[in-house]
Amino acid sequence: MNEFTSSFWSYYIGVITLVSIIGCAVFLKAQSVRRIETKEGGTATTGHVWDETLTEYHHPLPRWWSWLFYLTVAFALLYLVLYPGLGSWKGVLGWTQVGQLKAEDERMEAKVGPMYEKFAAQPIPELAKNAAAMATAQRLFLNHCAQCHASDGGGSRGFPNLTDNDWLWGGTPEAIQTTITNGRMGVMPPWGPVLGEQGVKDVAHYVMSLSGMPADSIRVARGKPLFATNCVACHGPEGKGNPALGAPNLTDKTWLYGAGEPVIIETITKGRNNQMPAHKNILSPQKIHLLAAYVYSLSHNK
Amino acid sequence: MATESTYNYKVVRQFAIMTVVWGVVGMLVGVIIAAQLIWPDLTYGIPWLSYGRLRPLHTNAVIFAFGGCALFASSYYVVQRTSHARLFSDGLAAFTFWGWQAVIVLAAVTLPLGITTAKEYAELEWPIDILIALVWVAYAIVFFGTLAKRKVEHIYVANWFFGAFILTIAVLHIVNSAEVPVTFWKSYSAYAGAQDAMVQWWYGHNAVGFFLTAGFLGMMYYFVPKQAGRPVYSYRLSVVHFWALIFTYMWAGPHHLHYTALPDWAQSLGMIFSLILLAPSWGGMINGIMTLSGAWHKLRTDPILKFLIVSLSFYGMSTFEGPMMSIKTVNALSHYTDWTIGHVHSGALGWVGLVTMGSMYYLIPRLFGRTEMYSTRLINVHFWVSTIGIVLYIAAMWIAGVMQGLMWRAVGDDGTLTYSFVESVKATYPFYAIRLLGGLLYLSGMLIMFYNMVKTIAGNRAVDAAIPAPAAAAHA
Repeated sequence: MNEFTSSFWSYYIGVITLVSIIGCAVFLKAQSVRRIETKEGGTATTGHVWDETLTEYHHPLPRWWSWLFYLTVAFALLYLVLYPGLGSWKGVLGWTQVGQLKAEDERMEAKVGPMYEKFAAQPIPELAKNAAAMATAQRLFLNHCAQCHASDGGGSRGFPNLTDNDWLWGGTPEAIQTTITNGRMGVMPPWGPVLGEQGVKDVAHYVMSLSGMPADSIRVARGKPLFATNCVACHGPEGKGNPALGAPNLTDKTWLYGAGEPVIIETITKGRNNQMPAHKNILSPQKIHLLAAYVYSLSHNK
Repeated sequence: MATESTYNYKVVRQFAIMTVVWGVVGMLVGVIIAAQLIWPDLTYGIPWLSYGRLRPLHTNAVIFAFGGCALFASSYYVVQRTSHARLFSDGLAAFTFWGWQAVIVLAAVTLPLGITTAKEYAELEWPIDILIALVWVAYAIVFFGTLAKRKVEHIYVANWFFGAFILTIAVLHIVNSAEVPVTFWKSYSAYAGAQDAMVQWWYGHNAVGFFLTAGFLGMMYYFVPKQAGRPVYSYRLSVVHFWALIFTYMWAGPHHLHYTALPDWAQSLGMIFSLILLAPSWGGMINGIMTLSGAWHKLRTDPILKFLIVSLSFYGMSTFEGPMMSIKTVNALSHYTDWTIGHVHSGALGWVGLVTMGSMYYLIPRLFGRTEMYSTRLINVHFWVSTIGIVLYIAAMWIAGVMQGLMWRAVGDDGTLTYSFVESVKATYPFYAIRLLGGLLYLSGMLIMFYNMVKTIAGNRAVDAAIPAPAAAAHA
C-alpha cells in the first residue's frame, strides 16, 4: 500500500529525515571543543555573570556522552536501511506491521488449525461433552463473549442468560451457531404514541397477568383486546413469543430488562433496540462451531 | 520611574502561592481516582465524580495548574533576575495570572460536567482554548519583552529553555486545538482519523517535551547553580543539549501510536528520534548534577538541594525509560498497561514535582524578605515522604504493567489467550493499593509544604527586591 499521493512526498520525508539525523551528528562534532584552562590550571568560566553569582564553566562535552549520542545516530541510520521510514522506501528486511501480524497468524494457524478442524467435524451436542474442547472453548468465551454475557454466561440486564432453557432466537445447535456467526438485531417498536398512557398501562397489566404477576384485574380486562390487536403479530396469541423474530415469551419468569410494572411500561412505551454483534469477521467458522458447542453446554451439561 | 528600580515580585508571589495550592488540589484528585480503581463505587455513582471525568481533571490540574503556575512563577522570577530588568509589562503579567486562574477554574467546572473535546491533555472546549491562547500570547510578550530590555549582553541558559517552551506551546496549542464549534460547549477536531491521532500525539508528546521538560529545565538551570553556589558545569553541553533536545522532541510523537493505523514509516521515525533523544535529555541531567561537583557535601545538610538533585536523577531515569519504551518490540509489551502510568509518574512526581518543590522552597522565602523557609526540618520531612511515595508508586506500576503485558499476550497450546482481561484487572488490585499508598504519601508531602508556606508568609511583608547593577563581564 502506498500512502503517498505523489512521489514528491516520499522524497520530502526521506530528505528531511536524513538531513536531520546526520545534522545531529555534524552539530555534535562541530561543538566538541577542548577545555579552556585558566593560567592557574583550573577550568575557566565563560566570563559571563548573571544575577550577581551565576557563572558557567567551560567544560567540554563528556566523551562517553558524545559517544552515546553518536551511537543513537548510527542506530537510527541502520534502522532506516532495514525498516520502512524514509518515505516509501520499504527497508531491506521488507518488514510491515500487517505482514508481521499475518505471519504470526499463519504460524499459529499451522499449529492449532488441525485441532479446530477436528472439533468442527464433531456434531455440537457431542462436542459439548468433550472436556478438552470445552476448556479451550471457555477461554474463547471469556475473551469474546463474557464482556456482555458474564464470565459464567449468566448475562445481565439487556444481555441474555445463556445458562437457562429460555431462548430468544432458538436454542438448537444450528440456531446458536447462526446467532454467533451473523449476530442478531432485536427490535421492539415503541407503542407509547399508539396506545397512549392509559393504554400502555392496561397492556402492561395484561402482560403481567400472563406470567402470574399480581395485576389490576380491570386493567387486565381492558388490556387484553389491545394486546390482541397490537402485540400478537410478534408475541403470538398466547404471548409465548416467536423465536423467528426474537420476540420473547411473555408467560415465563425470564425478563431481559427486569420484571415489574415500571420496566414493562417503559418497554411498551419506548420500545427496545438490542444487538448481538456478528462474529464471522472476527472468528473462524471452526471457532464459532466450538463456541456454539460451549454455549449449548451451558444449558445442557447439568 | 520608581517601579523600574525594583523587580516585579507580585506576580511571581501570586503564581508561587497558587503552585502550592493547585498542587494540593491536583494531587488530591489523583489520590481519589487511584482509590476509585480499588473501590469503583467510592463516589456512589455520581456522574460528576466518576473516574472518566475526574481523570482529565487530575491531569489538567497537576500539569497546567500546578506545573503551569510553577513555570509562570519561576520564569518571571528568573527572566527578571538574569536580565537585571523589571518585567516588560506589569499589566500584561497580571492578565496572565488572572487569565490562567480563570482557565483553571473553568477546567475544574467543565470537566466534571462532562464537557470535553476528548483529546488527551487538550480536553478543554474551544472557548477555553481561545482564552488559553490569549493568555499565552500575553505571556510571550511579557517574557520576550523583558529579555529584550535586559541589561546584560548574553541571554542566560535558563531563558533559552523558558523561551523555547513558551514559543512551542503556543504552536502546539493552536495547531492541536483547531476545531469546529457546534455549540458553545461542543466542538469537533479539524482533523480526522489517523491524521487526528498523529496531530494529537505530536501535541501530546511535545507537551511532555516542552511544558514538562524544557520549561522545568529552565527552572533547573537557575535554581540548581543558585542553591549549590557553583557555576553551571558546562556551557558547551548546555548549548548542544538545548538545540538537540528541542529539535528531536518534535519528531517523537508517533511512538504513542505504534501498531496502529499510522503508516509504518511514521512509526519508525517516531521510534528512532525517541532513541536519539536519549543523549540530549541526559545532557540536562549531567549538567545539573555535575554543577554540584566540588560541593557534594552540601547534599547532606541541604534538603532543597536534595529535592533538586533527586529530581534530576528521576529525570535521567525516565528519559532512559522513555526511549526504551519507544522501541516497537518493548512497546508491544508496555503499551496500554500501567507501565506507561508508572513511566509518566516517575517523570511527573520524580522530575517535575521535585524540581518544582525544590525551586519553590528557594523562591518563596525570598519573595517575602527572608532567605529561608519557616522550617528547614519540614522541608527534609517533605523530601523523604515524597521520595518514598514516588518509589512505592512507580515500583507498583512497573510490576503491574509488566504483569498485565505478559498476561494479555499469554497464549496456550490451543492458540487461545490464557487469561481474560478481567483476570489481569483482578491481579492488579494489590498494586493499585500500593500505588494509592504512594500517592497518599506524595499528597501528604504537599500538605506539609502548604503548611510550611503559610508559616513562612505569616507575619512577613511582601517585598520587591531592588535591581542590582549587572556585574562587569570578566572574560578569561
